[in-house]
Amino acid sequence: MSNPAARAAALWGLAVLLLLAIALRANFRTDLSAFLPRAPSAAQRLLVGQLQSGPAGRLIVAAIRGGGPTGRAAASIALARALRGGADFTSVENGDEESLARDREFLLRERYLLSPDVSPGRFQAAGLRAALEASLDTLAAPEGVLVKDLFARDPTGEFLGLLERASGTQPPREQAGAWSSHDGREALLLLQTRAPGADTDAQQRAIEAVQRAFAQVRTTTAQGAQLSLLLSGPPVFATEARALIRSEVKRLSALSAVLIALLLLSLYRSPLALLLTFVPVASGALAGVAAVALGFGTVHALTLGFGVTLIGESVDYSIYLFVQGEGAGMHLWDTLRLGVLTSIAGFAALLPSSFGGLAQLGLYSIAGLIAAALVTRYVLTAWRPRTLRLRDLRALGRVLLKWHSRRRGVPALLMVLALAEAALLWVQRGHLFSADLAALSPISLAAQDTDARVRADLGAPDVRYLVVVSAASAEAALEGAARLAAHLDPLVSAGTIGGYETPSRYLPPQQVQAARRASLPEPAALRTALHAALETLPVRAEALEPFVRDVAQARGAPLLTRADLEGTGFGALVEGLLHRDAHGAQALLPVSARGAADLTPEALAALHGVVAAAPGATLLDLKGETDRLYGGYLRQAVELSLAGAVAILALLLVALRSARRVARVLLPLALAVMGVAALQALRGEPLGILHIVGMLLIVAVASNYALFFDRARAHPVEADLERTVASVVVANLATVIGFGVLAFARVPVLAQLGATVAPGALLALLFAALLSGDLRSDDAHAD
Amino acid sequence: MRAAVALAALAVVSVARADALDELLRGFATHRTGHAAFTEVHEFALLKRPLRSSGELRYRSPDYLEKRTLQPRPETLVLKDGTLLAERGRHRRVLELAAHPELVPYIESIRATLAGDRAALERYFVVDVSGDASAWTLRLRPRPGPIGRSVQEVRLSGAAAAIREVDIRLKDGDRSRLEIGPDLPP
Repeated sequence: MSNPAARAAALWGLAVLLLLAIALRANFRTDLSAFLPRAPSAAQRLLVGQLQSGPAGRLIVAAIRGGGPTGRAAASIALARALRGGADFTSVENGDEESLARDREFLLRERYLLSPDVSPGRFQAAGLRAALEASLDTLAAPEGVLVKDLFARDPTGEFLGLLERASGTQPPREQAGAWSSHDGREALLLLQTRAPGADTDAQQRAIEAVQRAFAQVRTTTAQGAQLSLLLSGPPVFATEARALIRSEVKRLSALSAVLIALLLLSLYRSPLALLLTFVPVASGALAGVAAVALGFGTVHALTLGFGVTLIGESVDYSIYLFVQGEGAGMHLWDTLRLGVLTSIAGFAALLPSSFGGLAQLGLYSIAGLIAAALVTRYVLTAWRPRTLRLRDLRALGRVLLKWHSRRRGVPALLMVLALAEAALLWVQRGHLFSADLAALSPISLAAQDTDARVRADLGAPDVRYLVVVSAASAEAALEGAARLAAHLDPLVSAGTIGGYETPSRYLPPQQVQAARRASLPEPAALRTALHAALETLPVRAEALEPFVRDVAQARGAPLLTRADLEGTGFGALVEGLLHRDAHGAQALLPVSARGAADLTPEALAALHGVVAAAPGATLLDLKGETDRLYGGYLRQAVELSLAGAVAILALLLVALRSARRVARVLLPLALAVMGVAALQALRGEPLGILHIVGMLLIVAVASNYALFFDRARAHPVEADLERTVASVVVANLATVIGFGVLAFARVPVLAQLGATVAPGALLALLFAALLSGDLRSDDAHAD
Repeated sequence: MRAAVALAALAVVSVARADALDELLRGFATHRTGHAAFTEVHEFALLKRPLRSSGELRYRSPDYLEKRTLQPRPETLVLKDGTLLAERGRHRRVLELAAHPELVPYIESIRATLAGDRAALERYFVVDVSGDASAWTLRLRPRPGPIGRSVQEVRLSGAAAAIREVDIRLKDGDRSRLEIGPDLPP
């Protein structure tokens, strides 16, 4: 083991094996978890809980297209039957007669326990008279034929009242026995997955189950061959986003690797050197994943996406080594060490971020850069074959230096440009940052629009306002929900809010059910009251004997429990709206606005008033809370980036021991960052979190350029200088290629990063070169 | 031979009937709009005395029908493009006719006749015409299926291109009668 190359190989191999073992066991996620706070407030915890396991995150809308209405409806019914038989969904609704009849049967059977109108007064003469008069009106109407058979059993109209409340403001359109879109071109199904929204793997299995079942339906139903299936909803978006991120990361890292390989091959003319160049890159990426897996428990797929960015920086290290050659010696390592430390100082600022994705990116980059630098320093130098003959890039350096010497007057121009940038940013300061989290979503606007449309057609719009009633037990939460519902009803009647849903509607608290049951009179008393009520009404008392029988039966029936709801559409609803966890239980009451998606400020204030008066209740504005959360992240990203910049400044002051040199290193970086911000402002695009992170990356990557120019000034050795300049230019090209490719990603976070760093790195090199002063005393020397 | 003659005679009669229906419906087809008062009487077994209501009917060819009840309680029912909109007080209900076949005898009997839409009439009902232009009766018996779940038959009667009475008889013996007229200014 005396051979240093072999020793390096052995050590490196061991390290790689260890890291691989860690990375392969890592749990990869693609849900919203990367965007969620690590130390949430109470309201944020509710929000996170809702996003991760709430009913909204478990809804899939399936739209069947093509063929005719009957073919679509038949396929919808067959698909629903197949999915109800499986274990992936807690509820499959498509408006088919079978399940509608089952739900109606449940409401009819349990009407005296469920109806909020049931009270002792309801069954005395006056109450009966009022209820019967209303029912007679319905009977006389043309749709009376639909309820005529029920009149004798339910003359007080409890069932119809329940049906009306249950179907909400606007039930979906029906075609040939199944729900359809308003335009009648799609059959629609509403599916609720059993798995929580955060479990992307399970969601993907559920989606595949739907696709398999539909493939089966296509072959077994008439017109099946003409039909196609469109799935939408948060679970679909989460899995699509994961697939998209994966494929984009693969595609783009392959593309940038190929482009950088071509660039390096044309310069090195040595496949071996090229191969070696990628050793630190791959090692760094692996170390990054392993570090995140160890530090966070899970690795977000987006973090892998950022791995592409690491290619851009870590490839530079081997470029510096190979291009500057052995002659560079210790100077190279001194400069590189400072460059790596600078980058670490920048990324370390991200570690305390409460935005999980940013913290992961910070740790990933730090571990990756350290690994890449170490491998370059100790493995690559040992492996670099003695026979390796790189193309001498000094000629390139000479040409570049000659251009550099003709830059007179440019620095002054640059200062003017910098002032212009600063002025532009000042003018635009109100619109620089975007507080919209949706800008980060990898789901296309078209897909989001489709989702909004089918949900509106189904009467299941995206939930924005949610009242959460927390209590010690499920029963207590239901009691709280029922009390709150009593205060929400007046808001609905007054038209302040459009409506609301509550689990207590289908599973009233036991004490409420008991009170309703106790208000049902004995048959003799009921008959007496009926006789009195019917004196002025045109109904024959004998005809209402079925009513007396039903009431008598309801008096002896047991109270409803959760198990009684199983198999009905209401069971799934309660399942979604009533949660139990370690802290107790929560009842959820989604509140919808009237007509529009958002409540008016007055309506919101009224709602706030009702909720504030209810113990244990919190009003959650999901969109508002998410926006606030993102706004907080954005502010924090800016603050942390500034802290990173200060750390870098302190580090350079210590290392270079000269304010002048530090200024010379940092000025081009600052100008480049401002330039990118100005470009973004000129394009009319506000800066998001990833732009801010991108700026930090600019500083991390480009600090190397500035440091090399600084060293070239401090230690002017002619042969080195040419190589140094060449290496910096090649490294910069590699970086611009790496990030430039990323700018074309279909995942907005990656695209933002690429679009910031690629031009930023280029600008930083230009500024660093132009502001470096004279690199050699004799300009004519090169000729 | 005699049988053949009888058959031919039958054929002639049914052709004559068919012609009578065509003629009747042609008369309706020329009327694009209508506006008339109505009185409705429900005679149900569970009632001690019939339920009565009254109001106005409005029609616009081919598929807009409005029934505005004024007494005893205001209520509006509008049929438009196969969708039924019912409003009573603050209650508002939208029903797709296609999703509620039991309503078809109540609605299509009147709408298809007013529109002169023989195809629609015969799609839902077995149609018999009797009488003459000055006093005709259309007897509509629902074809087998959910349309006829509760309705035994619908009898429309009238004079020339005007329906004067719609008599709906249910299978359980209950009956609803709609008397139309007099005509009101448009």
